[in-house]
Amino acid sequence: MTRTTKIVGTAVFLALVLVGIPAFITVSERWDLYYTLTSVALLSIASGGVWLTFYIGRINIGQGAYALMGGYVSAILVVKYGVSFWLTLPLAGLFCAAASVLIGLPILRLRGVYFAMVTLVLTEVARLLMLALPITNGAKGITNIPLPGAVKIFGLTLIPDFATLSNVRPAFYYLSVILMIVSFAVLYRLVNSRLGKLCRSLQQNEELASSIGVNISYLRIIAYVISSFLGGIGGAIFGAISQSVYPSSFTIVDSINFMLNCFLGGLGYVFGPILGTFVLYFGWDLLFETGRFQLLIFSTVLIGLILALPNGVLSLRFNKALWGSSGRE
Amino acid sequence: MNDILQVIDLTKRFGGLTAVSNVTFSVRELEILSVIGPNGAGKSTLFKLIASFLRASGGEVRFRGERISNLAPHITARKGIVRTFQETNIFKGMTVRENVIIAHHLRSKASLFGFFIGSPVAVRDEREFGRSADRILEFLGLGEIANEIASNLPQGHLRALGIAIGLSTEPTVLLLDEPFAGMNHDETMRAVEMVRSVRDRGVTLLLVEHDMSAVMKISDRIVVLNFGEKIAEGTPAEIQENERVIEAYLGSEDESIGL
Repeated sequence: MTRTTKIVGTAVFLALVLVGIPAFITVSERWDLYYTLTSVALLSIASGGVWLTFYIGRINIGQGAYALMGGYVSAILVVKYGVSFWLTLPLAGLFCAAASVLIGLPILRLRGVYFAMVTLVLTEVARLLMLALPITNGAKGITNIPLPGAVKIFGLTLIPDFATLSNVRPAFYYLSVILMIVSFAVLYRLVNSRLGKLCRSLQQNEELASSIGVNISYLRIIAYVISSFLGGIGGAIFGAISQSVYPSSFTIVDSINFMLNCFLGGLGYVFGPILGTFVLYFGWDLLFETGRFQLLIFSTVLIGLILALPNGVLSLRFNKALWGSSGRE
Repeated sequence: MNDILQVIDLTKRFGGLTAVSNVTFSVRELEILSVIGPNGAGKSTLFKLIASFLRASGGEVRFRGERISNLAPHITARKGIVRTFQETNIFKGMTVRENVIIAHHLRSKASLFGFFIGSPVAVRDEREFGRSADRILEFLGLGEIANEIASNLPQGHLRALGIAIGLSTEPTVLLLDEPFAGMNHDETMRAVEMVRSVRDRGVTLLLVEHDMSAVMKISDRIVVLNFGEKIAEGTPAEIQENERVIEAYLGSEDESIGL
């Protein structure tokens, strides 16, 4: 609960993901884990965005649209215009943020299941748009995206050219994990600042919030923009890792998974999406052996979990302050 | 006394139904004015129009001479006209103190980004809000339950919290929507005192209320609506004598004016 516990907890987590896991992988030679954990980190960044829209009381099943958009923006800039990947990464985020302002202005007026339905459609619209637009190369997608190049300042190499690395997997792992840490640090700070309290006031009573002078439409847009920015960044890195992006790279299933990650981790906890993504992703992989029963068992366990722990896995409460609890739902 | 709020020919139509029809009256500075009327008389609609929660079909509302009708609700609130709600007048999942602190939002000098990075202005704001919230809670007798979750409170405390939230915005005019609804006699009498003390802090009060004994006790003046039209205006004594008012109330079955 105390400051010390928080610092120790953060230090342990950082040591684990930045040193512990890479060391374990090197020793055990389970190189495939890099790919899995990189995916978990990226998916949890996008889920973190969805979590923020939950925090203002909106069920967001449209994050796949922004992840797809981010992937395409980065891929097109890199392949067609030769822009450095490192520049396209924030640009992809900003593009999605700008798009989300235009999309959010009308749809954020909706509440509950209506907002959820529209966002669900949004993912499908994004997929069809990528199929139809001339610049996106249709169903063939954009392939052979070059690996991220080097970043140099005054001849000093800050980031090496990924193509020259003997093993590119740790590089992507570090990139994704560091971005995840930064994103969630920002979310944590945001939720624990006045902005977070205002978001909660929206979630609980929009009318009252506006009567005490909160500009609710502005605040809704801010939360949605941050959410979409995170989705775009996640999508952009995914494109870079797989060196390709297709209209089917992110579909409705992904959008639903982003939402499930939040549910599973716990909507009241900032770091819920990380744990949720981890559990969901590894849970699915662990059940691979069960073959055709995989989906059945997976869904049953999921339903059971959500019934038994309606406030998410984190409500088991290891240490409330440590996990960034921000009050009751 | 000056007129602080003027309602001029205010009209609201919902399709073919005219909920508020050419209503005109003024609220004087630092008075307690109650709007009464049988069910469906248009009282709540009138409130929503004044607080910009609904757009008027005709007429206007002026605050210190400035037209304020049809703004966004948060803009009206920023100008100093704040409305509390009949039912859901609190943030359920927060503690009593959190409720009151968040309601200080209007007074914050720091930007949202300033709060995010913890700028000195933001830190000062937060400290100030905390202190002010404690004062308001103390003033309304909520000090002891400051850390309770709001949804667990009994009715009387809920109303007090609703008023505390309204007060935290430092309003010039506070609109109270049925502040005594669902209260027993003792609670009502306490609440009447509370509302009076709010006025003594320099807040002009506009009430919509059903409880006649409370209205008669608390109001400086009363405006009576029936079927969307203003049928009378005056002091409690004048209203009690007014034939049109008596007729309006005797005509409905579930209301009694409690003379």
